[in-house]
Amino acid sequence: MLKDVAISDPQKERKVFALRLVIAYVGLLALTSIILFRYFDLQIIRHQDYVTNSNKNRIHIRSVAPVRGLIYDRHGQLIADNRPTFTLNIIADSAKNVGQLLATLGSLVTISERDLSRFEKRAKRGKPFESIPLKYNLTEQERAILAVNSHLLSGAEVSAQLMRFYPREDLFAHVIGYMGRIDEREIKTIDADDYRGTDFIGKIGLEKFYEKSLLGTVGTKQVETNARGRVMRVLGKKGAVPGDNLSLYIDSRLQKIALDALQGERGALVAMDVKTGGILSMVSAPSYDSNLFTSGISQKQYDKLLNSPDRPLFNRALRGQYPPGSTIKPLFGLIGLHNNIFDLDYAINDPGYFFMEGIKRPWRDHNSEQGGHGKGVDLAKAIIESCDVFFYTVGVKTGIDLLSEQSAKFGLGQVTGIDLPGERRGIMPSRDWKKTHRHQDWFDGDTINTSIGQGFMLTTPLQLAVMSARIASRGKLVKPRLVKAINGETVSPAPDAEKINIDNRHWDYIHEAMTDVVHSARGTGRGINKNLTYKIAGKTGTAQVISINEEEEYDSSKIDKRKWDHALFIAFAPADDPAIAIGLIVENGEHGSLTAAPIARKVIDAYLSDLDRQNQQAANLATPQLLAAQAEIN
Amino acid sequence: MYQDDFVRRLDTKGGDRRHNPFHIDITLLMILLVLCTVGLFVLYSASEQSLFYVKRQATFMLAGFSGMLIVAQFPVRFWERWATFFYGMALLALLAVLAFGVEAKGATRWLNLGFTRFQPSEIAKIAVPMMVSAYLGRHYIPPTFKHVVGALLMVGIPALMIVKQPDLGTAILVFTSGFFVLFLAGLRKRYLIGSFLGGLATAPILWLYVMRDYQKQRVLTLLSPEDDKFGAGWNIIQSTTAIGSGGFTGKGWTQGTQSQLNFLPESHTDFIIAVLAEEFGLIGVTILCVLYLIFIGQCMIIALNAQSQFGRLMAGSIGLTFFIYMFVNMCMVSGLLPVVGVPLPLISYGGSSIVTLFFGFGIIMAISSEPKHIRTRP
Repeated sequence: MLKDVAISDPQKERKVFALRLVIAYVGLLALTSIILFRYFDLQIIRHQDYVTNSNKNRIHIRSVAPVRGLIYDRHGQLIADNRPTFTLNIIADSAKNVGQLLATLGSLVTISERDLSRFEKRAKRGKPFESIPLKYNLTEQERAILAVNSHLLSGAEVSAQLMRFYPREDLFAHVIGYMGRIDEREIKTIDADDYRGTDFIGKIGLEKFYEKSLLGTVGTKQVETNARGRVMRVLGKKGAVPGDNLSLYIDSRLQKIALDALQGERGALVAMDVKTGGILSMVSAPSYDSNLFTSGISQKQYDKLLNSPDRPLFNRALRGQYPPGSTIKPLFGLIGLHNNIFDLDYAINDPGYFFMEGIKRPWRDHNSEQGGHGKGVDLAKAIIESCDVFFYTVGVKTGIDLLSEQSAKFGLGQVTGIDLPGERRGIMPSRDWKKTHRHQDWFDGDTINTSIGQGFMLTTPLQLAVMSARIASRGKLVKPRLVKAINGETVSPAPDAEKINIDNRHWDYIHEAMTDVVHSARGTGRGINKNLTYKIAGKTGTAQVISINEEEEYDSSKIDKRKWDHALFIAFAPADDPAIAIGLIVENGEHGSLTAAPIARKVIDAYLSDLDRQNQQAANLATPQLLAAQAEIN
Repeated sequence: MYQDDFVRRLDTKGGDRRHNPFHIDITLLMILLVLCTVGLFVLYSASEQSLFYVKRQATFMLAGFSGMLIVAQFPVRFWERWATFFYGMALLALLAVLAFGVEAKGATRWLNLGFTRFQPSEIAKIAVPMMVSAYLGRHYIPPTFKHVVGALLMVGIPALMIVKQPDLGTAILVFTSGFFVLFLAGLRKRYLIGSFLGGLATAPILWLYVMRDYQKQRVLTLLSPEDDKFGAGWNIIQSTTAIGSGGFTGKGWTQGTQSQLNFLPESHTDFIIAVLAEEFGLIGVTILCVLYLIFIGQCMIIALNAQSQFGRLMAGSIGLTFFIYMFVNMCMVSGLLPVVGVPLPLISYGGSSIVTLFFGFGIIMAISSEPKHIRTRP
């Protein structure tokens, strides 16, 4: 106990304490030097690494979406525009609880299952602090609701971007096509760098064909962001280059007239400028509103379009393949004349049927009452009255080889090379073709079927228009083209020096016969010649539905109507100096003369009256200038 | 009379009440003021240049200074006498925390008193070294085995209770503060070596049975922060990036991109040294260390001049513990130690730590102004 009493030796206590204190302080200095060495290591030796890291943290390259090129018709009317739309984005890392945020958003604005599943798919491959779109095309009301409730919506933001807008809705659907979100398949084929600024790509039509020109060049913005990914300031900028603007040959007014004329029908019309090959009008009916796809079409809407028996998504003008029927007759007649198979005086007697050696069953003449076209049927009469037996006869004489080979020059059986994707080539049958595709030998019966545009033969309405234009221009290799100018600079069509060399006498003969189809008393197209102030050259056609070769199954309840023949018509006008050429089909329209031809006349009327007015205006403009010029001279 | 004169003559050197009526050591006060000012400036930058935290921190500091002045007026012997009482209270409070503490962020560290909440572990930071100083101050030096064991129990029991909360950082501070007393009291070398070896031996036991998963995770994170970039490693990657990118002279006050753009977590509390290092560079860090060392040095001078063994041990322990604060914090932020939640003294935002620190400084002030006389005991 005594030991425990505090009798201490202050001197000794002080000495021991002082020593310990000094030791401690030395240790403390040593530890401090460890700290300082560590900071020296970080701040001096490895300084550059950390500067890089800290810049990587805060400096980000953001893409600036280029403005997509606009599309105008020939008169400068805007037919593909860009409109600001608003998108609701989620930055998952900024949200406390994404599930709850989505629930809150769902209670404020409608968010579909599809939006959600797409968002979740995108979120999986998202980078930290990346904003991922949840809902596109917010309405003004939705934006207002979101703005008012923004305090509840940390991690959600509304961004504005330009989105494709088609002011004429369904009028150009089959020409311009539409834009859509880049899908998994496309991601693999595009250069991702070019698409840093946008989620959209041209899916079909001009939007797809001219994707590279329309897209523009993506710009970059160097921004400083905070840890939540919010942009604090812009450090540097390289502007985006807008896409090229396209001007088309198409005339909106003509387009409207054509589509209206095909209202309620299924069919297609292609009108071409005979001089340039510029497409003046190209419609496929029924059409659809291109905007549906841009703004994210609902599954229901899409199914409706897809499953409609009228198949509005199907571009009949470009991809519909129909037997050309009698519309092929002027061409085959021309080939026969040109190759001296028969001459202008050649004529046959038409009993209304045609027998081929060795075959018991006769070929019927579809276009005459019992008894046929009678005696002295020459080529002109055969075209005007559409006599099948004449063509059976000369067809066999000409032979499939000549028909096939020389038809190709008029664009049959091959793609026309129009500036649209997905064009079908039709079928111009030949011996080789049958061998390859049917594994059978050609026989003359096939030639007989082909000689009236039936059998294996298939053409697209675009091919019919091209054929019509090449006949109209007396063998100039007119090529169809939609885009007239890019950024105001005319795209000069490759000058085709080559011409189909055919005697002018034969051209005159065929042109005259085709004019008589419309203008003579017995012409199959005479129904449309009332009050014509100019002359139309044309040829009607009727095609049997049986041959239709699209992978479609007709609705059985409508099978009768859908088995009706297709009505076709080709034409050019004015007959003496062709400006416009047309190819046209009305599915199940029965007779080209009744359903198809009147539609062609409407379009030709409209185009020629426009042309007149323009010439008039040009003349009116020229006059004062001329006067002024003359005054100056005097 | 003779004795009075003698005492007075000795007293003139130190803190005679007549010459030092407020019991304040001017040198210590000046350094404190400088540190507090630096702290407020860094805090302003660290809290996204808002005055909200700065104002609150300044209020805490004012309260701390007042508390320090009050504490300084009590004679040193008062603290020595009441040490057992305070220690007992601290133990009771710690028990209370374990029994019905308030949970926050997965740890139970707070006691709710109805009108306010407080952290009993903060009291322990003062009460433990005070108790050990009083205990050893009464006995011979160097401490005998019995006293060493007694002192270790006094330190170990509250430290373990704090580990239980769990609050490893505070437990370390409490333990070291008590251990420093033992060390300063002349703990024999064999005990020093023994405790060092003992520490090594208990490390695996700590790892296996005491440490929580998240604490182990912190140790693992320290070793390879890149393993979990956006999780546990995030803090340390961002803080070393902030420090390293500061370079020699720093990016300038309020110009640190890591801190200003929120990449640095806890930038105004435990990780504030990274803000200072980013904005003031190695120069800033060095100056801060020098300020701390001068401050601690002054504490030690006061300790050397203390009139009682209790005063010596107490002042020495407080000074050394202050260093542990700074050391652990600067090491954990720069990735040398696991993140254990120790604030940077006088710079990090936080009321509790400020109040505790100033309480300790108050005791040092009291020790510094103790009348100088040769203690005689019966």
